[in-house]
Amino acid sequence: MRLVRVKAIVAKEFIHIRRDPLSLAMAFLMPVMLLFIFGYAITLDVRDLRTVVHDLDGSYMSRELVRGFSESGYFTVVETTRVESEIERSLESGRAMVAISVPEGFSRDIKRGVTPTLQVVVDGSDSNTASIALGYVSGVTERFSQRLSPVGGRGAGERKSTVDLRTRVWYNPELKSSNFIIPGLIAVIMAVIAALLTSLTIAREWERGTMEQLISTPVKKAELITGKLIPYFVIGLVDVVVSVVIGVWFFAVPLEGSAVLLLALSSVFLFGGLSLGLLISIVAKTQIVASQIAMVSTFLPAFLLSGFMYAVENMPVPIRIGTYLVPARYFVTILKGIFLKGSTLGVLALETALLTAFGAVVFALAIRSFKKKVF
Amino acid sequence: MFVRIRKMVAKEFIQVFRDSRMKAIIFLTPIIQLLLFGYAVTTDVTNVKTAFLDLDRTVETRELARRIESSGYFDISRTPGSPGEIRGLLDGGEVLVAVQVNRGFSRDLKSGSTAGVQVIVDGTDSNTATVAMDYLTRIIGSYAAELEGAIPAVDLRTRAWYNPDLRSRNYNIPGVIAIIIMLTSLLLTSMAVVREREIGTMEQLMVTPLKPVELILGKTLPFAAIGFFDMFLVTALALFWFGVPIKGSLVLLSVATAVYLISVLGVGLFISTISRTQQQALMATFLFFLPAVLLSGFMFPIENMPLAVQYGTYLNPLRYFLVIIRGIFLKGVGPGVLWPQMACMLALGVFVLAVSSMRFSKRLE
Repeated sequence: MRLVRVKAIVAKEFIHIRRDPLSLAMAFLMPVMLLFIFGYAITLDVRDLRTVVHDLDGSYMSRELVRGFSESGYFTVVETTRVESEIERSLESGRAMVAISVPEGFSRDIKRGVTPTLQVVVDGSDSNTASIALGYVSGVTERFSQRLSPVGGRGAGERKSTVDLRTRVWYNPELKSSNFIIPGLIAVIMAVIAALLTSLTIAREWERGTMEQLISTPVKKAELITGKLIPYFVIGLVDVVVSVVIGVWFFAVPLEGSAVLLLALSSVFLFGGLSLGLLISIVAKTQIVASQIAMVSTFLPAFLLSGFMYAVENMPVPIRIGTYLVPARYFVTILKGIFLKGSTLGVLALETALLTAFGAVVFALAIRSFKKKVF
Repeated sequence: MFVRIRKMVAKEFIQVFRDSRMKAIIFLTPIIQLLLFGYAVTTDVTNVKTAFLDLDRTVETRELARRIESSGYFDISRTPGSPGEIRGLLDGGEVLVAVQVNRGFSRDLKSGSTAGVQVIVDGTDSNTATVAMDYLTRIIGSYAAELEGAIPAVDLRTRAWYNPDLRSRNYNIPGVIAIIIMLTSLLLTSMAVVREREIGTMEQLMVTPLKPVELILGKTLPFAAIGFFDMFLVTALALFWFGVPIKGSLVLLSVATAVYLISVLGVGLFISTISRTQQQALMATFLFFLPAVLLSGFMFPIENMPLAVQYGTYLNPLRYFLVIIRGIFLKGVGPGVLWPQMACMLALGVFVLAVSSMRFSKRLE
């Protein structure tokens, strides 16, 4: 491997990048856009569930109950009806997600000490929101019951909850979803950027016919691959720094661990990710094929199998085993560890070793599968 | 005119299928995508790894542990002996939840005084943490109420319609179908058009008597066909492999897919007019695709977004198609309920396709 030749390829690649400022701009825009979408636009918290109230009692007591629902902040009453079939229409069209049915004689029963039945229907289509909503429903109802207890004739005095349940949340006490999402998101962004940047570079040379010119030069395979990798490595590192700065300054995600370690391990990950992109580019030969392979082998696994949004433990065993082959999985663990738990290299040794091994293997494969022949 | 379009479509198909890898990819990528999404995307919180520290060691605490485990949400994988061990288990990520039952739990319960239970949750994944905490509170609360012998003042009966078992797969897979159609058609259209420009064959097309409209139709129809093929392939897989029930009509689903494809291909064509290289087309496609998916209601409910963003989602064709495809799959609703979504999607599609066709024709001149 001669340094001069690597330098020449690097210089050539930088010229390509400079000539295509639009792609470069998009490479920097992508992480910023994703961070802002995840930081500001979306949240997993469930609140303001659109609720239709079907109150047949129309008493002070039933209005109190409904007020308990809307004051909890989790439910917004969008419709009140006395017709039962309205419930079905509201849920079917999606105007409401929750329906509360207060039966006739609700308050009379409570005053008499009889337990009235409260019917609640939720739209179960979105199972996640639905199960959280059901939890809120029972919470609100329980509070209502507790307030009533003295009146309910079940004996005098305040009803005390007999179990003193104390819950505490570690690592992310306010349960801020951005604290959890942003470190993982940076890992996913890097995986995606790495694939998008390099998966076309070699296929492009084949498609445009410039590969023949490269082949006719004395450049060696390893030199070509290394030279192609370095410029994108630089862009990728800039992206890491931009993302971390936005995460810490804009979204106030605490960086408990060392910034140097973060940068070092990001470099290891980028090396693997970019090598994978190059390997795809070599195997695919045409850019359109390369883009599809990159999507299925890098983008989707990084999003879906890295544990970034979906817990790996919930997946079936074969898929869970497959996740061990997804480098983003280790990088998500590393970034979450450094950001939230202040992990050191000692704690992350296994992940680091696996990432390094992944990079080395893929890089070697890229060099091996590259043929310096036209046909 | 039809002859010329037919010739153009034929040429396009030859180009797409000449590459044997391309053939495999058109068939395989949607399947791989569905399998990945279908198996990975479960938002159900089940089998949360739990440490149960029992300092009381009585019949009541063992019963509590049994209830926590038989709920199906928690898997008691560790039983540490002292409170000091909990930190290590949570730090190492071996458990996500720790329940500590203090000494004297059952004695206190029986004597009517307040018994102590402590729950510690790993909050790094705030969603799972919230759900897990909520489940635990309910399990422990109802057990305590039962021991105490209290009768609730209100008898709460809850039901979930459309998806009574609350299976997240039934909700997610129809959405995944919408996303696969979008990603495949979008990427193929934008890159195929730009490729002609990049390798110089666009000039050859321009010297033929093809009119711009014919060129556009010839370029988009093959990908519309591929999009349709993907829809049927993935829907079949969803029905027969994942066992997702479809309650509504397949005909309606096909009509809706056609309307949806108008806007997707319009966006693809638009991207091709602003990109000079396939690299740019690829980046631009993802720059559109990612926000389109994240802000569509696929994973994150639109109602929870800031108001300004909520208004922005009205420009997202995926938003409408998700309501339609989920409505057809889960609720079995028909055009009577879905027509507003259809109308919006059609208007949006016609607008996008018209704008990008205009830009496209202008660039040809």
